[in-house]
Amino acid sequence: MFDATDLNASNRRKQRLVKMLFLMMTILLIVPVLLILTVLVIKGGPVLSFEFLFSDPKEQMTAGGIFPALIGTVWLVTVALLASVPLGVAAAIYLSEYAPDNWFTRAINLAIINLAGVPSIVHALFGVGAFVLFFEFGTSILAASLTLAVLTLPVVIVATRESLQAVPRAFREACWNMGATRWQTIRRVVLPNSVSGILTGVILEVSRTAGETAPIMFTGAAIFLPFLPESVNDQTMAMSLHLYAMATQVPLPEHAQALPYGVALVLIGMVLAMNAISIGFRMWLRGKKKW
Amino acid sequence: MVDATAPTAAAEAKVAVRDLTIRYGDHVALKDVTLDIRENEIFGIIGPANSGKTSFLRALNRMDTFTPGMHVEGEIRFAGHDIRKINNLYALRKRIGVVFPLPVGLPLSVYDNVALSPRLSGVKKRADLDVIVERCLRRAALWDEVKDRLKSLGSLLSGGQQQRLTIARALSQEPDLLLLDEFSIAVDPVTTMRIEDVLKELKEEVTIVLVTNLVQQARRLADRTAFFLTGECVEIAETEAYFDGRVKDTRSSDYVEGRFG
Repeated sequence: MFDATDLNASNRRKQRLVKMLFLMMTILLIVPVLLILTVLVIKGGPVLSFEFLFSDPKEQMTAGGIFPALIGTVWLVTVALLASVPLGVAAAIYLSEYAPDNWFTRAINLAIINLAGVPSIVHALFGVGAFVLFFEFGTSILAASLTLAVLTLPVVIVATRESLQAVPRAFREACWNMGATRWQTIRRVVLPNSVSGILTGVILEVSRTAGETAPIMFTGAAIFLPFLPESVNDQTMAMSLHLYAMATQVPLPEHAQALPYGVALVLIGMVLAMNAISIGFRMWLRGKKKW
Repeated sequence: MVDATAPTAAAEAKVAVRDLTIRYGDHVALKDVTLDIRENEIFGIIGPANSGKTSFLRALNRMDTFTPGMHVEGEIRFAGHDIRKINNLYALRKRIGVVFPLPVGLPLSVYDNVALSPRLSGVKKRADLDVIVERCLRRAALWDEVKDRLKSLGSLLSGGQQQRLTIARALSQEPDLLLLDEFSIAVDPVTTMRIEDVLKELKEEVTIVLVTNLVQQARRLADRTAFFLTGECVEIAETEAYFDGRVKDTRSSDYVEGRFG
């Protein structure tokens, strides 16, 4: 009774085929990533040096380093985070912990989803209209960072809300039944247990912010500005725009052909490092997971 | 504190329930329940599933404010105050301890679990908290098992230990009223007996409402017992009356003798 029938054999063949198919798809998925990284390391690797990272660009960006762009990106990301994290986390706490389930809340949730779907060039134009012109911040780090903040706000809100929702409702009810207010419950039980998810969202946001080009192009980033910004009212260079400019606008002479690859490698390196930190941090907090 | 201007009715019961009806949308979970719970008694509530026992407890603690769709009609007076008219629900809930079927060890240390309520009401001194934590854990018959690991996570204790931790946490509120909803469902029989012993002692200081599926548990603990059946309060009587045939409704004695339900 345990002999294989023809039907068994055909089922097993199908099963093997389907498994292979899915495996191929998965491998296909990592091919572009590997290709990009390989090309960048081979072509951009030789460019990397202490001098490349820490000196100004020279001779119309055909020589020298990327220091102002590097520092500029740090400025842009920092100011964007200062704006979007408090706003996004507060909004997410409201939506998850306080908001009643009514049309207003649903409208807000819909708005957040739509905000996430708006193309970044549209964000850029909004940034010009709102921050550069209406609020008269001019083309500055402030205007560019606020534009980036608006762009990444949905990421922060969704990540925060999801990690808040992951805390079981029974914990909240136990606290409320003890006579704790909503805020006491959030502060003592909900937030401490969702902070890892929130931080992961924030770090993902950092890597997205660092790479965006369109939103900062018209709002505060300059193509060539070989000195460091002194305040949020200055314009600045940025890694992403620097790469865009080098790759498209400067007819690069032979000796500078490898420079854009170096810039791209540094940019990807920054993002990957940030993601690695995020994953490591998450694992560390998971290790202390409480239920 | 609860409003002090309420009528002084010395003879009034600890909890007086009048015409209590509870609905979830169109579904009526409990209808027209009128009963009194006396000071320092263990009041048992028995009945099959879906008879409205848990809804009754939820109403006593005003949990309808955070249970979507739950509507409560009628009057509940707790220590002489209409709980539907109390402004400070936090003060009300602090005086009522709740223990649910599944233990909820908060994801805090054992110590912090028990110290949470005192901290919420402003106790800050470590020495004071130490005293409260030890007293509550001892009264919940858990101290000896956890005294060497007060810092470890409460949510990682075993089910039975977590349930005693939940009881210790409820006691740390210094409640006047303790609501227990089938507390022994996730607890082994030995631990159940230990908790039952604790409850018998607690009766001296606290009024207890005990919802249970176990008829024998009600018999061991409850002074008086109500029998709920599909949202209706069929019987309120001394617990022994259910077993010697002195109940008015035949459905009550049928239920405790296992003829249906």
